[in-house]
Amino acid sequence: MSLVELRNVSKIYHLGGEEIRALDNVSLDIESGEFISIIGPSGSGKSTLMHILGCLDSPTSGTIKLDGTMIQGASPRELARIRNRKIGFVFQFFNLLPKLNVLQNVELPMVYSGVSARERHERAVAALKMVDLENRSKHRPSQLSGGQQQRVAIARALVNSPKIIFADEPTGNLDTNTGEAILQLFCKLSREGSTVILVTHDPEIAAVTPRRIEIRDGKIAEKVDARLAGLDRVARTF
Amino acid sequence: MNLWNAIVIGFKEIWAHKFRSVLTMLGIILGVSSLVAMSAMVKGIEIGAKEALVAIGGLQKIRIEAQKVPIYQRYLTDQAVGVTLNDVYALQSSAPLAALVSPEMRLYGATVSANGKTYRPWVCTGVWPVAIEMYEHVVEHGRMFNEIDDEMARSVCVIGTEVRDEIFGSPQQVGHEIIPLGETININGQSLTIIGMFQHYENEQDRKQRELALQQAEPNKTGPARSRGWGTTSQNWAFKLKNASVLIPLNTIWIKFRAGGTAGPGGWGATVAAADPRLSVLEVKVAEVEHLNAALQQIRNVLMSTHKGIEDFYFRTQEEWAENIDTFVRNARMSGSIIAGISLLVGGIGIMNIMLASISGRIREIGIRKAVGAGTGAVFIQILVESVVIAVVGGLAGLAGSYALVRSMSSFSPTGNDPVITVTAMAIAFGFSVCIGILAGLIPAFKAARLDPIVALRYE
Ligand SMILES: Nc1ncnc2c1ncn2[C@@H]1O[C@H](COP(=O)(O)OP(=O)(O)OP(=O)(O)O)[C@@H](O)[C@H]1O
Ligand SMILES: [Mg+2]
Repeated sequence: MSLVELRNVSKIYHLGGEEIRALDNVSLDIESGEFISIIGPSGSGKSTLMHILGCLDSPTSGTIKLDGTMIQGASPRELARIRNRKIGFVFQFFNLLPKLNVLQNVELPMVYSGVSARERHERAVAALKMVDLENRSKHRPSQLSGGQQQRVAIARALVNSPKIIFADEPTGNLDTNTGEAILQLFCKLSREGSTVILVTHDPEIAAVTPRRIEIRDGKIAEKVDARLAGLDRVARTF
Repeated sequence: MNLWNAIVIGFKEIWAHKFRSVLTMLGIILGVSSLVAMSAMVKGIEIGAKEALVAIGGLQKIRIEAQKVPIYQRYLTDQAVGVTLNDVYALQSSAPLAALVSPEMRLYGATVSANGKTYRPWVCTGVWPVAIEMYEHVVEHGRMFNEIDDEMARSVCVIGTEVRDEIFGSPQQVGHEIIPLGETININGQSLTIIGMFQHYENEQDRKQRELALQQAEPNKTGPARSRGWGTTSQNWAFKLKNASVLIPLNTIWIKFRAGGTAGPGGWGATVAAADPRLSVLEVKVAEVEHLNAALQQIRNVLMSTHKGIEDFYFRTQEEWAENIDTFVRNARMSGSIIAGISLLVGGIGIMNIMLASISGRIREIGIRKAVGAGTGAVFIQILVESVVIAVVGGLAGLAGSYALVRSMSSFSPTGNDPVITVTAMAIAFGFSVCIGILAGLIPAFKAARLDPIVALRYE
């Protein structure tokens, strides 16, 4: 059984009299442990797909199965629970809370899963260690560089040990070097066994991942065979 | 997300916008403090009024006075005997609900003279020793005359402190307290020996002030010496009245003064030439206020039989007064509560307004929280708690404010009734502010909770 099963998913927006098919009949399987990039030009529907995969948005039609549970038709409460326990997000604009310090930002997902204060602290520190920021835990996001902020966001995405991590243009707001470092961080996560989905419009970044899903006008245009990707990954690891 | 987290976030949110939060709380602060201060003031007035009511004998007292025979019984006028000692004996034997019966003969226009001074007391009354219980008198010096004094019609009297003040000098003038026991005073030509003196009656307020005045130096009162009038407290006349009384055994009045009689046909202050066996007043005290009506009926039945059906008497109780106090208190409370309530309501609207503004400034934050797993309930609770925290902090500040307000009010008008802050008023005002906080938070919390995470995340 795949970690994610997407079947005939469409997302249709109506603007004025016009119908916009942000996603058009997309079917997709994601296995546990995969490192995937979703690539496509601007407006092709990458973010929409990621939001639907990440239970932030619901499709107009079609079915989604995540970790064995059917998602469509779930209540907002269940969706929030799934986002909290099984999914980690990294956004292009970091989306850290400016009023909280780094540590509190990383603790945030655990606040909503009812983890005790002490455990929250321990796990947040551990996650920050993973992104090499444990010495900045008392700083505000505004006191950090863009790359550091993105690393905090990654720590936050990791902290609840999610089944799958989504990153929407995580390097889009960073210079090349910093972007490279962030990318390496995702590679490291993938090697350690996380399922990582990278959304990007940059083919160079997409080249890093074993499996690439290309989206054009809301449709999946071409994809690298999953088994091949697996091999590719094995090859990369050694 | 537990409640504690939400409360912590709420406090941080307040702290992050201190000035805005204080402004927001102002409505609640003013509402709570005015509610508590108002109720404290009314309570003070109520206590003062009740004190005076108790001073004159309380609600249990029924006064039986003579009245003109009613029109339809006018032809029986010459058989109407008036209220006499017969009635007293009848009541004592046949009206068990009348716990105390105290007959009185008043000496109208009595003038006390002694020590080279004269003084007209408020009342100079011939009574039985039981009057001491009836009027809640306390004999501080000497003794009350007893049944033997009354039986023997001894020339003795018990006086209030004002009589002493006027004839022998008050402690304030003399510098020490004069206790004129054994002195002889002259009332309307009869010599009477003072055998007892009551304590000085005053309300709480006056007592405190007097004690304060003792500690402080007497402020220099300029100009010629003069009476500065009857104080400013509205209720202290009840105490003045008790201080300005002279009690004489009933038999002494009857035998020595040939007095008594009603204020009725003769009129007030009419000199009574012939002996008149009629009582001026007959006071009855009921053991339980609840039995007032039954007692009135019983007394009426007894008196109707002793008066052969002629209704030349009527009853007077303090119910009206007590009701007046209650009505006043209720009205004052009501109008005060309405004003304070409006203020609280305005405060609540202020909170709602700020919360709405606050959430539209935090849409992105809400989106982020939702993206990392905050459920509808968690967001709802967070916003609601923030609103309640503002209201609670405002409410507490209001309680502190009410204390300051009450203190400053009583220092502005030290002669009025001291306001009394009650726990009930504080609890009600505080509870009300919490409710306002909840109500004001509901709509913003609902709006925030319903935000679509995608829309919220995209919000600029
Ligand atoms: N809320 C919305 N209302 C209407 N149309 C929308 C909405 N959200 C997305 N769309 C449309 O859906 C299409 C896909 O949008 P999406 O954000 O998924 O593109 P994208 O591939 O992420 O682009 P980019 O690379 O610029 O981020 C676009 O044409 C966009 O205009
Ligand atoms: Mg996008």
